[in-house]
Amino acid sequence: MNIQIRKFYYGDIPEENTGGSTIPQQDSGAQNAWPLWEVFIRSKQGLDHKHAGSLHAADAQMAIENARDVYTRRQEGVSLWVVESTHIHASNPDDADSLYEPAADKIYRHPTFYDLPDEVKHM
Amino acid sequence: MDQLITYSLHLADTTLILAQRNAEWCAHGPILEQDIAITNITLDLIGQSRNFYQYAATLINQSAEAVAEPATEDSLAYLRTEREYKNLLITELPNGDWANTILRQFFFSVFQFGLLEQLQKGSDAQLAAIAEKSIKETTYHVKWSSEWVIRLGDGTEESHQRMINAIHNLWTYTGEFFIPAVYEKDVLPHVDFDALKSAWLEKITEIFTEATLSVPPASFMQTGGKTGHHTEHLGFILTDLQHLQKTYPGAEW
Repeated sequence: MNIQIRKFYYGDIPEENTGGSTIPQQDSGAQNAWPLWEVFIRSKQGLDHKHAGSLHAADAQMAIENARDVYTRRQEGVSLWVVESTHIHASNPDDADSLYEPAADKIYRHPTFYDLPDEVKHM
Repeated sequence: MDQLITYSLHLADTTLILAQRNAEWCAHGPILEQDIAITNITLDLIGQSRNFYQYAATLINQSAEAVAEPATEDSLAYLRTEREYKNLLITELPNGDWANTILRQFFFSVFQFGLLEQLQKGSDAQLAAIAEKSIKETTYHVKWSSEWVIRLGDGTEESHQRMINAIHNLWTYTGEFFIPAVYEKDVLPHVDFDALKSAWLEKITEIFTEATLSVPPASFMQTGGKTGHHTEHLGFILTDLQHLQKTYPGAEW
């Protein structure tokens, strides 16, 4: 079913002067029709890709380009990964106690007993 | 010298007016991510435009006898009249729908890429330097717009039809790229516009084929923008663009 969605603009931009003032959209709307992608950015060579955020795109190629435009405008990165959000499997927050708490009192596992030379960066 | 000034203004006006048109999409894009993409391209074009205006202003100030008000990038953008603008006609046409906007960007960026390659090889060091800086941006504009042409052309029945409508709207404005004005021939003696045109057509054909669109046959082409004869649309753009400086001369923020 096609629903005519009328966009309302603030200010005095005449509708005929803006692109696509009346957009026929599917029930779900364009936003929902495109899957969500998670974006990972490597800020410089030698470092890991880090999660930067998410965005909508129709496919992987568009996701990379959108990520370039949305997340690397201010020289944030030299490399991008995108992965469809549905492929991310997460731990259950309810299990946090049993999963992570036990590590709290085992400080001997932490690499904090070593003195790192100043020259070693990004540790 | 006059020819070089006019040519720099032509390049500056073309990028400024296209930027102004694309900027109309700001906050009205079809989806947030693409709103940012088209706005990024707009900012690239404004940056290029500023470089060309600054160069033109330098040349004007060098050539003119002492004047009270030296030319600046702002005076050239905000205080010149419609007939003085030398932008390509295609840049001033209304945005239409998303298909129309991305197709115009595609036609223009492919042309601009070829032109910037030639400017890099030209004898004018400043134009060559601006071209070298700009061509990286234009490379991305070509990539981005090509992918949208393919996506819409080879997309749904409706998107395909919208691309066909866009081709119909814009095609007769593409000839102007390759019909040099007198000042262009003078500034770019080394450029073969016919070769530029065949390289352009080759790229258009390649992408259109992938997009399942057909390239229209050779036809009548609109001209005039390069010499200041515009469509009825430019006046409205300039009214909007120049409103503040004309109402409050010298206003700053």
